Parts: sequence; structure tokens; C-alpha cells
Amino acid sequence: MTQDSLVEAATAPAVAAFHITKKFPGVNANEDVTFDVRVGEVHALLGENGAGKTTLSNILTGLYRPDSGWLEVLGDRVNFQSPRDAIAAGIGMVHQHFRLIPTFTVAENIALGSAHDPINGRFDLAAIEERIVALSESFDLPVDPRAKIWQLSVGEQQRVEILKVLYREARVLIMDEPTAVLTPVESEALASTMQSMARNGRSVVFISHKLGEVASIADRVTVLRHGRSVETVTENDVNALASLMVGRSVESVQQTTESMSLFVAESAPVVLEISDLCATGDRGLKALNGVNLNVRAGEIVGVAGVAGNGQRELVEILAGLRRSSSGSVQVDGESLENGSTRHPIRLGVSYVPQDRMGTGLAPDLSIAENMALKKYRRPPVSRPPFLRQSVIDSEARELMAQFDVRAPSETTPTRRLSGGNVQKVLLAREMSGDPKVLVIASPSQGLDVGAVAIVHQLLLDAAGKGVGILLVSEDLDEVLSLSHRIAVMYEGRILDTVDRVDADVQRIGLLMGGQMEESA
Amino acid sequence: MKRFRLRLEPRSDLPKWLPWAVPVGSFLVALLVGAIVLSTTGQNPFSVYARIVDRAFLSDGAFSGTLVSATPLLFTGLCAAVAFRVGFFNIGGEGQFVMGAIFGSGIALKLGADVPGVVAVASMVVFGAIGGGLWALIPGILKTRFRTNEIITSLMLNYVAAVIATYLIFDSQSFWRELTGSGVVFPKGKVLPTIAWWPKLDFGSVIVPFGFLLGMVIAGWLYVLQRKTRFGFEMRVVGGAPTTARYAGIKPNRVIIAVAALSGALAGIGGATDVGNFRHILDPKGLQQSGFGYAGIVVAALARLNPVAVVFVAILLGGITNAGYALRGPDFPSGLVGVLQGLILFCTLGGEVLARYRVKRSSPSDVIETALEPA
Repeated sequence: MTQDSLVEAATAPAVAAFHITKKFPGVNANEDVTFDVRVGEVHALLGENGAGKTTLSNILTGLYRPDSGWLEVLGDRVNFQSPRDAIAAGIGMVHQHFRLIPTFTVAENIALGSAHDPINGRFDLAAIEERIVALSESFDLPVDPRAKIWQLSVGEQQRVEILKVLYREARVLIMDEPTAVLTPVESEALASTMQSMARNGRSVVFISHKLGEVASIADRVTVLRHGRSVETVTENDVNALASLMVGRSVESVQQTTESMSLFVAESAPVVLEISDLCATGDRGLKALNGVNLNVRAGEIVGVAGVAGNGQRELVEILAGLRRSSSGSVQVDGESLENGSTRHPIRLGVSYVPQDRMGTGLAPDLSIAENMALKKYRRPPVSRPPFLRQSVIDSEARELMAQFDVRAPSETTPTRRLSGGNVQKVLLAREMSGDPKVLVIASPSQGLDVGAVAIVHQLLLDAAGKGVGILLVSEDLDEVLSLSHRIAVMYEGRILDTVDRVDADVQRIGLLMGGQMEESA
Repeated sequence: MKRFRLRLEPRSDLPKWLPWAVPVGSFLVALLVGAIVLSTTGQNPFSVYARIVDRAFLSDGAFSGTLVSATPLLFTGLCAAVAFRVGFFNIGGEGQFVMGAIFGSGIALKLGADVPGVVAVASMVVFGAIGGGLWALIPGILKTRFRTNEIITSLMLNYVAAVIATYLIFDSQSFWRELTGSGVVFPKGKVLPTIAWWPKLDFGSVIVPFGFLLGMVIAGWLYVLQRKTRFGFEMRVVGGAPTTARYAGIKPNRVIIAVAALSGALAGIGGATDVGNFRHILDPKGLQQSGFGYAGIVVAALARLNPVAVVFVAILLGGITNAGYALRGPDFPSGLVGVLQGLILFCTLGGEVLARYRVKRSSPSDVIETALEPA
């Protein structure tokens, strides 16, 4: 190697992406994404949900191949056929959800899947452990190589994931939302680990939506929005980053308001009152941390926020699918029983879940049976012990006409319906019992543009009839265009609620990133 | 180098004829494979099949014998069909059948000869149902309370039930055991009082055991229960989509427990039928050798869990079993019937996969792409 090429190798980016485009049916996950990561740099990829961060990292690690565009590693163009090629090129991924075997030791997990043992091709556990100890010392990642995974805390498990990547001699580590599972103290330790890796000549790609940590840890930040790379900046001003991430002007928000009134009368009764609601999530961590929120009759309250900040737990509690640990929910003045799925139905709380097929519908049952799912216990459908099939069928035909469900007949199994029609079936059922409150999660996720418009109109109609709607969505555009008020959720709390008339997009962006005050 | 793999892809829509064509087609394939097996053992498959059909259905009195063989299969088939419908994989029909036989014979012996026959038979049905139902409640409660796998627990309880029955007759001087006469030397059960022998109805050319009629009535009742009632609706929702059931205010665990008890009760009535209608004695060895519980799973699978179809499939498999008894001899291997039943189950389950999925050839890279595509 000549002196020149050595210099060039030293200055060429550790990894760079050029004009990457990746399309999935109906979605352009990445479109013309270009960015580069320098050697010895902590580089953040910042963006909302669905901005294309995960797709991009899957392309960098060889899981996906781009439809167009290319990657370069240290200045050389590469073409990854599989994750193995990416590992060979020195790119490793630290996944958000750990891929460790709980009953194996740290060393066994790290050795597992290393295609060839770099020492002598044998499975020499002692040598492996020795190397792990050396690595963990030089990168300040303390962990006992003989400990079993199940004995370790989440933070320690993450260190094992990082060591696994370092053990495979990765020079570029891609970390997907690494702080999402960590406590604040663990997050700080991770930040210093990232910086020490950078000092040791590794490069770190750090995927996050948390403005504060991006600003404090990263050397440079590439902002992704709607699948495109907006800009790469050295910015550490959270305000500027927030506008780049959300990327909308205030004017664009106001455009979609014509079809609805901007205000809901102060006199309209409060139909849903959530007070000091707390709950734990599936991993046993605190998911809701004192949520307070009101919804009036005829009002649409949008809950904005990045996924995983307690939205799922909140709606599940309202539907009775999850128990709260403290706090209360009042529906039209009556307390909701904790953890009962029938009580919300009786009190008039309708719920359209995000997982429409898995939670909202029984895919193998017919449209008619699915529409009867919440009224089969009551007359006229029920005539104990029998069900009146004729009533089920005729009511289903009526609802199908009213909500314009396109299907061969009411006996068609719902699994054969398109996404838009599935959502219409759900809305038809949930609206048919004259609900007081409608809780709806990600109503337009996975729907095409036409279907989205129809679903949005149905929601506005429902609000016009006096239903109080709690709209939980990761799509900020949707929340902004439909809601009277916008509540921003962050780490299990409503950080703030803003009226849509004076919704300041930059401020919402800051709130979504966990920043209460506009500060530098 | 281009490698290809076979990949299963769910079918988006099932044509109307498919649910019927698959079991029939699977049955024919099983016969075909069976023919190959027979040929390799030096038999002429056509003449063997002809003899089976003859001895199962056509020859004098054959159909009556077939109904005798079909009766226990009818009950264990219903037992599996109703449980599988809600995703409760009750493999314990065998043990529940035995417990039904123990309870049924117990009450008949207790009541003695001094009660009207109607009372004796009705009590046996009720006690058989209780015995089997309680036995099935154990895996039901374990599953819903502690999330244990019901396949394992219900299977293990089969052995426990068999050991209990053996203990009652061979290892103790229990109430069920004959302690006088030849029973002193050769352990055996007490013979039920003749008043508790279930009737066999003579329709001229065919003799129908009362138990078979009872099973047919129950099958019809189950069909109505599943298709027309609120509980049946809940069963279908729980079986198809447990999360959705919970969301709709149904308590899946309650439905599963109720169905577990119902399922066990059906097998238990089968056990009561076995002692009441046929053996008139608690016979642990005979029960264990027949393996009705396991055959019932085959019946339910072939019937696609439809209780009415279970009646017909039970007659079909009962016919094969009956012919197997009749034809057993030096030129007819006794394991043949088991081989045929196994082939039928195997082909049915295989056919089920082909009905739900289509097979595609694909290159490995496609596999990666589709596996990771966002939902």
C-alpha cells in the first residue's frame, strides 16, 4: 500500500451511503438517503417513527439490499449479499431487543455465531473468555464472562451485545435506540462507552429520537424525515434539531382544519377523565407515570409521541386489557373497573386497536360475526341461550352499507378484506353502539391514501355526533390535522397539552424529544 | 450458484370445495400408500381392501359389529373435536374414557339390581360424564392457572388413569373387583347387574347399540351448541383469536375450562357406554389395549372437528377396526389396521397443510426479504 492510499484510507469515511432507496409495497422506506460516518465518530441518526432509521440500519448491516444506491466502506464500494458480508466488512449491529440465550453464559453467547474462531478454529472457551476480559477492559464494559445471561441486568445484557459486536472485530457499531431499555444511570454509562469506543478508532452509528441525548453524545447528526436524509449537521442545539426532525411549518398545520370546528364548547361535558394513571409495562418497568388527560364530548384529543412512551399501555388500560397500578379513569362520571374488558364496553368506551387483525378482529370469522362481537350478549342479537343469526346478518348488511365496507357478502371472513375495509369494519362495529368515548390507535397505519381520507372523515363525523375521541398516533401529521388538542407523551407522562390553534410544531417536536423548555 | 428452497405461503382464500376435497383426497392417498405397503408384504391390496369393505359393512351382521367398534370412537372423537375447537389440545381422551368407565361401573354396581333400568342407565351416563369431566378439568385448570402445556398434562393423566383402573382390579380388593368364585384366583371386575346392561336396538338387519344412538344425539346437540348459541360463538372466537376474545369481553380461560370439562365428559360417557353397553365389567387390560382415546384424535382430525362429521368418520374407522378383528389370521397381519389408521391420520394432517398453504419455490434472498418485511 502506498503512502497516499494509506492517508486516503485513514480519511475516507468508515462507512458511507449514497442515494439509498428502498421501497416496500406502499411505502418508500428510504429515498435518496446519503450520509457518511467518519472513523472515530459518534454519528446520530435522528428521526420520528417511520422516518426510515431502521430500514437504513438494516441496509447497512446487509439484511436488506437497497433498490438503488450503494454503500462504501473505507472508500471501497461494497455490495452486501447477506448480514455475513456486513460483519466481514466490520459493520456490527447492537439490536434494541437483545438476541441472547438466557441460559448460556456471556462467553458462550459471544462465541455463538462467530463464524470462525479467530484464535485456532477450536471452541476454546478459556481463550474466548480471556479475549472478552481484554475487550471489556479496553472499552470499559465490565461484565463477567462466566455469568449466565438471565442473571444480568438489562444494562449488562446490552454490554454483552456490544461486546459481541466488538468481538467480531467490528469497526462500525450500529446501535438501534440503545437507551430505550436503560435507566438514566445506565444511559449515562452507555454514553461514555460510546465515546470511549470512538476514541479507540471505532465508529458508532447511534439511532435515536431523544433530542437531549443526541445533542449531548453525537459528534454529527443526520436527520431523517419521511425516508429522506434531510441534513447532516454538527448541531447540538435541541431547538434546531427539533425543527429538522419534525420539519413542518406552522402554516401547513392549519390547512386541514376547514372541515371541523376549531373549538369545542367549554360547556361540553367531560366524557373521559384520566387522573394520575400509573402502570407497569410488559418488561416490568414503569410505563405510565401519572397520566392526566380529559376528553370532552365531541372533542378529538390527539396523543402525539414517539412509540414506546406509554401510549400502548394507556389505551390498553382504557380497553381493560391491562391493569393500572394506581390512578383512576372516569367515563361520563363513572369509574372504570380496573382490568375488566366488559365494563368499558358497558360504559360506552369503544376501542379500535392498533393491531386490528390480531386484537380487533377474529380473522377466520365472518364480517357479520365480527360486527356482532360486542353486542352478542344483549338483545336483539341474543335470545339466550341462542343467537339470532338473522339479526346478526341483517344488522351487518346495514352497517356494511352505512360504512361502505366493500366485500362479497357479510359472510366473508375478515381475513380476506383489504386494510381499509378492515378498518371500516372495526369502526362500524365500534361506532354502532352509540359510544361516549372512542379510543383509536394509529387509525391510518398501513392504509392507502384514499382509505386514510375515509377513516379521517369517519372520525370527524363521530366527533360531530358528540363522541369524545382519544386519537393515539405516531403520525404527527395525522394528529395535527384531526385534533382539537394535542397531548404529547414522553416516558409515561403527558408532558404538555397544547390547543391546535396555537400548536407550535417546533415545540411539539421538542416535547416529543423530551424537552420541556425551549433551551439551547 | 443458485439454490432453491421450497417455501409455504398461506393461501389467501379457500375455495368452497376444498374443505371437503382434502379429507377425501387424504383418505385416498392413505389407501394408495397402504396398497404399496401391502404389496411389499406380498398381499394383493385390492383383495385386502375388498375384504375389509365386505367385513366392515356388507356381509351379514358386519354393520352391527362396525357400530359396536364405532361407538367408543364416536365419543372420543367428539371429545377431541370439541376441545381442539377452542385450541385446548386434549390428548387425554384415553384417560377420561377410563375414568368414565370407572365411575359408570361404580354407580351401576352401587345401585345394584333393585332399581329400574332407566335409572341405572341414566346414572351411568351422568357418572361417566362426571368422571371424565373431572379428569379433564385437571389439565384445564393447570393450563389456565399455571400455563402448563395441556398436551403433556392430559397425556400423562392417561397413564395415571390406567394405573388407577389396574389398581382397582388387580392390586386391591376394591369395590369394583369380583371377590367370589373364580375372581378369587383370577382378578377381574364384578359383572354389572343385568338391569344396568344398556339396550341394543334391533332394526331388523342392523343392531344399534343404545350408546351409539346417544352419541349421535349428543353430536347433533354439539353442532347446535357450536353454531347457534352464545356459548358456541364464544368458543369460536376463543379458538380463532384469543386476544380478540379478551378484547370483546369474553374470558378465554372460563371458556377453555368449560370446554375442557365438556370434552372430558364426552369421553367419560364413552367409557360408561363401554362398560354399560358392551363389556359389562371394568376391564383395565381391555381398555388399555383398545386405545380409543388416541383413535378419537384421528377421528376428530378427519372430521375437521365437525361433530356431525365425527359420526360418519367414527363409522368409517370403526368399520376398518371391525374388519381387522374379523380378518385377523395367518394371512392378515394384526398390525395392519393400526398401519392404515396411522396412514390416514398422517395423510389428513399433510393434506391440511396443503389446503392452507401453497408451496412455492424461492431463492434464499427472497426468504430474507419476505421474512423481514415490515408488517
